[in-house]
Amino acid sequence: MSRNGPLALAFHALFVTFILAPILVVCFVAFTPEGYLSFPTDRWSLRWFHAIGRYPEFISAFWRSLWLGALSSAIAVAISVPAALAIARYRFPGREVMTTLFMSPLMIPHVVLGIAFLRFFTQIGLGGTFTGLVLAHIVIVLPFALRLTLASAVGLDRSIEHAAVSLGASEWTVLKRITLPLVLPGLVSGWALAFINSFDEVTMTVFIAAPGTETLPVRMFLYIQDNIDPLVTSVSACVIAITVAALVVLDRAYGLERLLVGRNVHGR
Amino acid sequence: MRAMKAAPYLLSTPALLLFGAIVVVPLAMTVALSFHDWGQYKGIEPVSILKNWHEVFTDSYFLEMFWRTFRIALLVTLLTAVLGVPEAYILNRMRSPWRGIFLLVILGPLLISVVARTLGWALLFGGSSGIVNKALMSMGVISSPLPFMFTETGMVVALAHVLMPYMVLAVWAALQRLDPQIENAAVALGAGPFTVVRRIVLPQIMPGILSGGVIVFALAASAFATPAIIGGRRLKVASTLAYDEFLNTLNWPLGAAVAVLLLLALIAIVVASSRLVEKRYAQVFG
Repeated sequence: MSRNGPLALAFHALFVTFILAPILVVCFVAFTPEGYLSFPTDRWSLRWFHAIGRYPEFISAFWRSLWLGALSSAIAVAISVPAALAIARYRFPGREVMTTLFMSPLMIPHVVLGIAFLRFFTQIGLGGTFTGLVLAHIVIVLPFALRLTLASAVGLDRSIEHAAVSLGASEWTVLKRITLPLVLPGLVSGWALAFINSFDEVTMTVFIAAPGTETLPVRMFLYIQDNIDPLVTSVSACVIAITVAALVVLDRAYGLERLLVGRNVHGR
Repeated sequence: MRAMKAAPYLLSTPALLLFGAIVVVPLAMTVALSFHDWGQYKGIEPVSILKNWHEVFTDSYFLEMFWRTFRIALLVTLLTAVLGVPEAYILNRMRSPWRGIFLLVILGPLLISVVARTLGWALLFGGSSGIVNKALMSMGVISSPLPFMFTETGMVVALAHVLMPYMVLAVWAALQRLDPQIENAAVALGAGPFTVVRRIVLPQIMPGILSGGVIVFALAASAFATPAIIGGRRLKVASTLAYDEFLNTLNWPLGAAVAVLLLLALIAIVVASSRLVEKRYAQVFG
């Protein structure tokens, strides 16, 4: 394989700068000692990180986002496992339609989903409730959970299950002792990817969250709409740090390339 | 044998019930909502009229706004292709561990909150307090801040940054299927580096570029947080307009009509372009 020339490397450096600059600038400005947006030039300060503590709505929104992500991803994985087994193992009428339906939240603009959920939840009396948020988030993260559980269900060596059956294992034992442990890595990665997507979701949630059920990205978005000050940069810096930590763990455990490149294969 | 036939349906029952109740019904209700009437004092009236659709199709305000939405989406798609395709190619030629590290650096932002990423652009170019603007002005390069906030340019640049990983990802996936021996053969036959890229690499990764383009276009046309932060209330696209109708003006039926039209337009564009790509490349890669 030939090497990249100096021109290519210069382009690469500019490209990486373009990608990282907006993210790094948020992290740097968060350490400003001043009361306005500025780069910390001569000294750094944690003042704006301490300031987060004085805004309970950010703290409660953070915990709500965490719970919402954990809960909706867990339910989405629980629902995807049987569905993935059905799609992976059976050829039945309606299989294609069903798969398209389950993947549809990736294709439908989140604005449209947000509007549809707002209308629906208001009608059935779930408007602005945490239950409504959980239901909506299960739907939007299900494609991610399903894709990874499907990948591990398809890759499963069925001769192991057949061996267990011929050794006298019941169907339930096979499921519990053979099938589930074999698809477990897919379930965990599917949960993690679903969690990140739920934790970051803003477009759909902004429609259905009410004061008191706002998630962290929604709170940040509404705050930025009014004014941009160093407080929102320190909150963002925390969110970035959490995501990067989760990213590194996911990359080590599953491989980011596998995780993301697969998305295009099945997501389309 | 009957149990076997029912098995896949039984297994998918929870997911089917959920999607039937929480996706299909609400979407149908939204379509119905777009035909309802609305008045400042009477609220939503559940009738079936074409008032909202008539307004959306005849009022030049909506025409201009949809035109702006799709113009921005097209420019974002072009920008991500122009920058993302060469970068994916360069990335693919790197050696480990750099390849893996930079892949993580470029794809990782996909998972970082879009609000935080857009905030970064607002900090860099936001008016006279924007960091780049301030630096350029103090150096005397420019006399007034570069217009970025509330401009289409700002939206295009910020959206291109937000959606760039999708393009790199699609091209990267296509590059992985490439046989390096073909490139080597071209070089051995005397082709220069530009000829190799133009005649050997580009034609083979074209389906990847086009499918990446379709994804970026669809996501750019329906993006919400980035246009809302950069454009504010002054420069609206379809999704921010629908948001305003729902949460500020409270004219839900009109907002629903805008949203349904956006959905239909996107489905039409995505399906048509995917068909076109498949048809064009079916003979080569079928």
